[in-house]
Amino acid sequence: MLSLFTTVLLVIFLLFITLPVVSLFLRISPEAFFHSLTEPVVLDALSLSFVTATVSTVIVVLFGTPLALVNARRDYTGRELVDTLTDLPIVLPPAVAGLALLMAFGRRGVIGQYLDIFGIHIGFTTTAVILAQVFVASPFYIRQARASFEAVDRLYEDAARTLGASPGAVALRITIPLAWGGLVSGAILSFARALGEFGATIMFAGNFQGRTQTMPLAIYTTMQGDMNAAISLSIILVVISFAVISAVKVVTRRRY
Amino acid sequence: MLSVHVVRQLRDFVLDVALSARSGETLVLIGENGSGKSTVLNLISGILTPDRGEITLEDRTLFSSEKKVAIPPENRNIGHLFQSYALFPHMTVFENVAFGLRSRKVPKAEIADAVAEQLATMHLSDLADVNVGRLSGGQRQRVGLARALILDPALLLLDEPLAAVDMRAQAPMRSELHDQIRNAGIPCIVVTHNLRDALELGDRLCLIEEGKVVVDGAPEEVLGMRENGFIESFAGE
Repeated sequence: MLSLFTTVLLVIFLLFITLPVVSLFLRISPEAFFHSLTEPVVLDALSLSFVTATVSTVIVVLFGTPLALVNARRDYTGRELVDTLTDLPIVLPPAVAGLALLMAFGRRGVIGQYLDIFGIHIGFTTTAVILAQVFVASPFYIRQARASFEAVDRLYEDAARTLGASPGAVALRITIPLAWGGLVSGAILSFARALGEFGATIMFAGNFQGRTQTMPLAIYTTMQGDMNAAISLSIILVVISFAVISAVKVVTRRRY
Repeated sequence: MLSVHVVRQLRDFVLDVALSARSGETLVLIGENGSGKSTVLNLISGILTPDRGEITLEDRTLFSSEKKVAIPPENRNIGHLFQSYALFPHMTVFENVAFGLRSRKVPKAEIADAVAEQLATMHLSDLADVNVGRLSGGQRQRVGLARALILDPALLLLDEPLAAVDMRAQAPMRSELHDQIRNAGIPCIVVTHNLRDALELGDRLCLIEEGKVVVDGAPEEVLGMRENGFIESFAGE
């Protein structure tokens, strides 16, 4: 049994978290909600968000999986440094990340100025949205993937080698399947972070409907005129957040 | 014919072991925990690399620091049965036994036939589709052995092959194992803490202390050396 004091603390804390979220649902009628879902600004933001977050998650998984596997299994000079750098975006303020991306890939950026010669412009395009999302969301996948790979008993990998599997085959047939739950939950978390990305996106990609205005940016923009649209988009993100937490709980249940 | 000389710096001492085993001969390694017995098996199968030395199996040099040869474990063709059997937990019995053949890109139909036959000879046919998490110790041991033997290895390394089998089943499993080793007709190295294993499986016994072979001979001969503290307690069980 909890003491009165802890119970009160718990209740206050839970109310603090749930009350604002519930308020979103109380401030809009179902009719208004469904009506908002037909507005172009909402539809554009929804589809742009899903496309960009999906693409950035795929990029994070493709690049992050080998990196996490190497860092979980190999000892090399500089591994600590690589680990620290991959974690950096978690603590870096998103506005700083956005400005940094602009300084690198913007038209006058360190790399952008050369891309400009070939007529490639990244800043203020959908590509910029994706780059910003990859930048801020990658640590969520890489950390989780690395921890899941480390949790796989090396004995299975050793046994597979003696049975004739090359290191690549061991990764594909033993290590990745055994770490699967962790990899999926890492990818889901990374997707959720990409979906919620705001600061870096608005700095680096701008706020153009249909091109760079993702759901969080659309919420920010519509709340200045059409509050129903802002609330509807927020409710969708709340539902997705719940789904993400539940999904992660389900896939991380230990199977073996 | 297997011939091994391996040197490797371990945490507390230098392991320096020379061994040999003829085809059809079973060598049993005994010694305290942490004396380096399992390490010797890992060095031979290639999971660990010696600092220096040479390992030859039949006419093949598997490792030689002098000639700069180090065949990776997947190309050594050695059956290595681990202490806990290391069955892949995300696979069925069939998939475990088929793993090595799949790695060798054997056609599917051939794999199915070979695995079915191997499972039948080891009385595992009924368990083909069972996930390995649901097997008893004795069944796990047989799956581990089937998984190694199906590849026709040139050498068999068994680390505590009966330790996870429950007591009552040990005696029949031991004689079954003895037959399987004999039938394979290849050199075999067994690491054990069990006197019965040593006596029934071993043609020769090696006592390892702090990474060195201190006694090597016929089982009765070695077990007679009661002046050695370890043998005294091992044989006196």
